[in-house]
Amino acid sequence: MHDVSFVRHEMLSPQPAPASQVGPLRWARENLFSSILNSFLTIVSAAAVILALAHLWPWFAHSVWHAGSLRECREMIAQRWGEDATGACFAVIRDRWKQFLFGFYPSELYWRPTLSFVLLLAALAPILFSAVPRRMLWFSIAFPGIVYWLLWGGSLALPICVYAGFLVGMLVHRLVGPRFGSLLALIGGVLATLIWWFYLAGPVAGLLETILPFLTLEPVASKRFGGFMLSIVIGATGIAFSLPLGVLLALGRRSGLFIIQSICIGFIEFIRGVPLITLLLVASFLLNIFLPPGTNFDIILRVIIMVTLFSAAYMAETIRGGLAALPRGQYEAADALGLDYWQAMRLVIMPQALKISIPNIVNNFISLFKDTTLVAIIALLDPIGLVTSIRADSNWNGIVWELYGFVALIFFICCYSMSVYSKHLERRLRTDHR
Amino acid sequence: MTKIKAFIGPAVFLTFAAGAATAGTLGDVKGRDVLKCGVNTGFAGFAYPDSSGRWQGFDVAICRAVAAAVLGDQDKIEFVPTTGETRFTALTSGEIDVLPRNTTWTFTRDVDLKFTFAGVNYYDGQGFMVRKDLGVTSAKELDGATICVQTGTTTELNLADYFKTQGISYQPVPIQTPAEADQQFLGGACDAYTTDASQLATQRGTYPNPADYIILPEIISKEPLGPVVRQGDDEWADVVRWTYNALVAAEEYGVTKKNIDEMSSSENPEVRRLLGTEGDLGRMLGLDADWAKRAIAANGNYGEIFAETIGVGTPANIERGLNALWINGGLQYSPPFR
Repeated sequence: MHDVSFVRHEMLSPQPAPASQVGPLRWARENLFSSILNSFLTIVSAAAVILALAHLWPWFAHSVWHAGSLRECREMIAQRWGEDATGACFAVIRDRWKQFLFGFYPSELYWRPTLSFVLLLAALAPILFSAVPRRMLWFSIAFPGIVYWLLWGGSLALPICVYAGFLVGMLVHRLVGPRFGSLLALIGGVLATLIWWFYLAGPVAGLLETILPFLTLEPVASKRFGGFMLSIVIGATGIAFSLPLGVLLALGRRSGLFIIQSICIGFIEFIRGVPLITLLLVASFLLNIFLPPGTNFDIILRVIIMVTLFSAAYMAETIRGGLAALPRGQYEAADALGLDYWQAMRLVIMPQALKISIPNIVNNFISLFKDTTLVAIIALLDPIGLVTSIRADSNWNGIVWELYGFVALIFFICCYSMSVYSKHLERRLRTDHR
Repeated sequence: MTKIKAFIGPAVFLTFAAGAATAGTLGDVKGRDVLKCGVNTGFAGFAYPDSSGRWQGFDVAICRAVAAAVLGDQDKIEFVPTTGETRFTALTSGEIDVLPRNTTWTFTRDVDLKFTFAGVNYYDGQGFMVRKDLGVTSAKELDGATICVQTGTTTELNLADYFKTQGISYQPVPIQTPAEADQQFLGGACDAYTTDASQLATQRGTYPNPADYIILPEIISKEPLGPVVRQGDDEWADVVRWTYNALVAAEEYGVTKKNIDEMSSSENPEVRRLLGTEGDLGRMLGLDADWAKRAIAANGNYGEIFAETIGVGTPANIERGLNALWINGGLQYSPPFR
């Protein structure tokens, strides 16, 4: 007898996994058809999507881009696709896109808002991305003045004088500081700036204007602002100013100084307790009546101030949440290092608190940007207001989806970019180990 | 605290353009060389911006005529869009000089709100529109109906009055703009839509199937619409009133945009006074002799403006009706120019 044992000498060639365990099939089984309920839900949702697309697709496929009026659109669609066909009339967007972008801004001056927008991106770059050289931040600081000059026109002397106010304040702060202590220096600096702005800036600007007449652009009344330009002006300014103001309010609310704390709490609670529309109506009506006759306080500036204040109150609470989330040890550690209040806030507390608050801050920004459409209530022609007036044109009377859809699309793009950026920022600032 | 200054910054960018102190509106308008005109944010046929951003329409034409008369150029206008709620504040606060925004002349607006109506450029009345398949043939059958009505307007009050006197109930669906009304009404959010009859006709004309909707026979209100100015500035009110009268008179005497130059040398003494060939009516108004001539030349006489913006054949397709000249059985009537 002999034992024959067989040992395989060569390896089996690898076989592909069963079809049900790889690729899209496996993915589908795991994600879409993992149980009877899930399979059922998948089929129902798929049917809903297909149904929606089946109805929407012809509307897009039959769209008309070249027509002078809705009637023409309807005729062209009927002619090409049959009497009962429905189709989008995007010709209205083609006809009015300049109005959507610039409102009633004089068409020969379109380069000014366009340039402002490009500069906006340049000014945002160093704030948004750490790879951009830090020196660019100086441009970001100068940017609001430049844009004011570009959009509203007039002399560059006015923005220069407003900026000079900060210099005056800093100068006084430096001079007073060593002799009378930091609190008096702060008060002196703020007072000096205010005095400069209210009493000296005007005459100095007038003087500068006569010396530098070539720095004057043709003025454009803010009544002519409209469309997305208006939304972006209000939204971007509101966003830029509400964050620092919100930080100050949040710090003030947590401050031990009674007066500062009461002022901040009073401000935050009052503004949060009032709907934005009310504030806009105040800006539009009450200020008009209270201000002495003849004064013309630019309506868009009034709106920007109200939107900024409104957003700052919410921002303050968001940031206070971040501050509250920090362990007490962080404050104590900062004190133990011998940092004074502002140093502790700047170097230890705020970076952490702001990081925690990023999702909420961006949430605030997005809702602020969308809230800019509320200005349609006070008859400013933002994109929504423009839709109303375009629809009153007898050529386009009766058109709905195309216009509102276009506005929605642009708003979605803006808001989604903000959201994507916030995700990027969260990833970049993540310092913990997970 | 230094950052707070960053916020105060823009507040100082304010344009504190102190206007010429209380020289009267006419003086102000001449001084700044631009007329501030409050218009509807969008009202088919009456006020809307065209694709080049130029405001057009029946109401807008009044402003253009005034600007032509006072400033010599019908485009020296700053248009200020206003809503039903913002229009009166805008006028009171001096944000606008004249408000030709389909505003109904009522006792309280004239007396209590301290406005002056410089004329009636359009005689209107409030009606109801319903879907045909609702089976309603009279407003009296609308008991318990949901009704779309624009807030902050006289239509809202008329509606309440009418249903009260009829002893029937209704459910209001408040809307802001005619465009919103279209959406609500076509979408079935309300059984009936009520507003000025002219506007009902205009809006119905834009629906995909206009024949599916009917306008009920009841007209429940008088709606004399006209340009409004602030009370207490009679000089300015006269300018607006007589500019408007000039347009009506021009239609009566057959003065049109085309023949205005020949008509200046007309034999008719009234036409000669109107066009400044004779007499000095313009100077009495604080203007020059050619004021009315420029106003008429801008967009034509009342009839021409009507025909071009809202008349039969335009999308609005409105008959002259009450707005015909008095000699044709309507109510448009200008006092004599002498």
